[in-house]
Amino acid sequence: MKEILRAAFVIGRRDFTAIIFSKAFFFFLLGPLFPLVVALIAGNLGKELAENRDTPVIGVMMDVQQAEKIMKARESLSKEMGPNYFAEMKLVGIDDFDALPDPQSLLTNSDVNYAVILSGTLDKPILTGTDGSLNSQKASIALLSGYANNEQSTILPEVQINSVESSANRLKDLRQATGQAGMVVLFMLTTLLAGMVLSNLVEEKSNKIIEILAASIPMDSVFIGKIFAMLVMAFVGIIVWSTMAYIGLSVWGSGIPNLPTPAVGWPIFLTLGVIYFSMSYLMLASLFLGIGAMAATVREVQTLSMPATMLQMVVFFVAIFGANKLGEPIEMFASIFPFSSPLAMLSRAAQVDILWHHGIAIIGQAFFALLILRIGVTMFRRNVMKSGSGNKKKRKFFGLFARG
Amino acid sequence: MNAIEARGLVKIFDGFRAVDNVDLSIPAGSIYGILGPNGAGKTTMLRTLLGIIDPDEGHRSLLGSDDPLSQSPYVGYLPEERGLYQSMKAVDTIAFMGALRGMALNEGREKGRVLLEQTGLGHAADMQIKQLSKGMAQTVQLMGTIVHDPKLIVLDEPFSGLDALNQAKLERLIRAQAANGVTVIFSTHVIAHAERLCENIAIVANGKISFDGLVETARDRLRPQVHLETEALDGTWRKALPEGTEAEGNWWHFELPETGVEPLLEALIDGKAGIKSLSIERPGLHDAFVSIAGEAVAAAMDEEISAGELL
Repeated sequence: MKEILRAAFVIGRRDFTAIIFSKAFFFFLLGPLFPLVVALIAGNLGKELAENRDTPVIGVMMDVQQAEKIMKARESLSKEMGPNYFAEMKLVGIDDFDALPDPQSLLTNSDVNYAVILSGTLDKPILTGTDGSLNSQKASIALLSGYANNEQSTILPEVQINSVESSANRLKDLRQATGQAGMVVLFMLTTLLAGMVLSNLVEEKSNKIIEILAASIPMDSVFIGKIFAMLVMAFVGIIVWSTMAYIGLSVWGSGIPNLPTPAVGWPIFLTLGVIYFSMSYLMLASLFLGIGAMAATVREVQTLSMPATMLQMVVFFVAIFGANKLGEPIEMFASIFPFSSPLAMLSRAAQVDILWHHGIAIIGQAFFALLILRIGVTMFRRNVMKSGSGNKKKRKFFGLFARG
Repeated sequence: MNAIEARGLVKIFDGFRAVDNVDLSIPAGSIYGILGPNGAGKTTMLRTLLGIIDPDEGHRSLLGSDDPLSQSPYVGYLPEERGLYQSMKAVDTIAFMGALRGMALNEGREKGRVLLEQTGLGHAADMQIKQLSKGMAQTVQLMGTIVHDPKLIVLDEPFSGLDALNQAKLERLIRAQAANGVTVIFSTHVIAHAERLCENIAIVANGKISFDGLVETARDRLRPQVHLETEALDGTWRKALPEGTEAEGNWWHFELPETGVEPLLEALIDGKAGIKSLSIERPGLHDAFVSIAGEAVAAAMDEEISAGELL
């Protein structure tokens, strides 16, 4: 076992450095920027971000004169502070002020997704909303109200806070959104990254190094080393991309989208995200490496990548279909079926705060990844290396634990 | 102790018996040649013995272990089809091959530099494999094969593709390793290489081993050849010549009789044959090979060699 891991490390180190120090890797890191650049050039990015469901909208529920004042104040201050500094503001029910519902019901029952509702007067503004949104909007509202009241004033009115607990129903919806966002990110990353493993053994096979490797170390080590090298490379990519995304959103965008806190809390959710990404990646990479290893040429690998991507799509649809049906058979199936399990379980983490079933899922997924790897190695030895079947040592569980 | 032992080894590729019931004992500390024409099953036999592939039947042990890969740190193997990572530096390639066999990477780099200096490739240490000539790349691979000081070195057709100068270099390297007590096994289809280098050989044809033992023993299977030139063409001494003697003018060619050379000489002198010249030649490995593997196999090998020379 120790020897297998040592040899796997040798293989992984070679692969990783070969990738990192290649020019192609630079373009790999830049890859996700291309769509962004196109969008920026089209000039629509800002607008689309504003229309996005996630950007907060402040509902202004004041009498007409005051409302117009504050809108004007927003307009003129935006010239100084930049167009994205203040959240978008919408006037609510100007025509029929008395017939307005109370701010609280407006928050929950409205076509527009208001983050907070501003009511009261410019001297005594009242802000209604959930804690998170109140904190982020309080200062700007104070500034806007003060400025609207008297442009010269340096004293800002005190904003009265009217905190509203999110209704259970709404929180559930929002957590589903977090879960789905997690699934989409997870799926995107595994689809983009795991497919690269398909062609991973073609180089060794075409330049005959496979013979040197096979003579020196167990084939398990070759597979494990290659998969983990790609996993580490994927993490390098993810870290670079998320750093870029974070900086990009902070500088040009409206900041990090304000997703509702998942049921297990952000730290655990993110940790689980990393683990489930690794598991999902390891399972698919084992499968793809096994399939790719059987291919004789690069052309065959290219042909194989299509069904491989389709398989991932199917898995994704199963998972996304079950995501909003917590506890129903389809969701249970998605959580248990190994390939969709990481996606479905991440969605669960957003919605339910039970932790032990993640432990079981992770162990199950790890064993499944190991099983696929073992099958891939055996198939490779049997069909490609043309290894015989006789005189084999008794292999214990997957062979990995058999050799000391 | 035997470096390699095989009993009843069988390897079948799609119904074709590439290795057919092979028994083999390769003594430790010797230079051992595996001799046979292309397609005889030499490579498959080596791959099976090294544990790259498992046999379909039979049993093999490498350096006393049933699990050949467990002996990896003590074994060096140069495959028949050479190949390296093209974008890797020469010295890193050697270090990587050493690391596969359990060596630390830095140690492998240092040793690799020394080895390259010794073979006159010091200037190429930091060059990528794709920048090297084919011969240089082969040398790099050979250095990678021995960088970890293996106890057993297996070379599959190491001389093919080398010019005469590099063949001589390789022979020196093999001798030097053997002098240090390393077991060197190589396969070849050129009898001369085996004859010059090996103490022991195995002759392989059609997946079977037709001979396994000392080169001496192989040669001793044939009687020495006597070439005799006489003044007289006939006399009582003619009776001393064995059956099957070829006559060629005043020349007589025949196998040395079992009784030895003395009775023959006495008969020749007493019978006044008038010996003008007499030579007794030990048969070469080629003759032994013909007698062991058969005319057809030997002819196939000769063809390969001349075809190789034409190329």
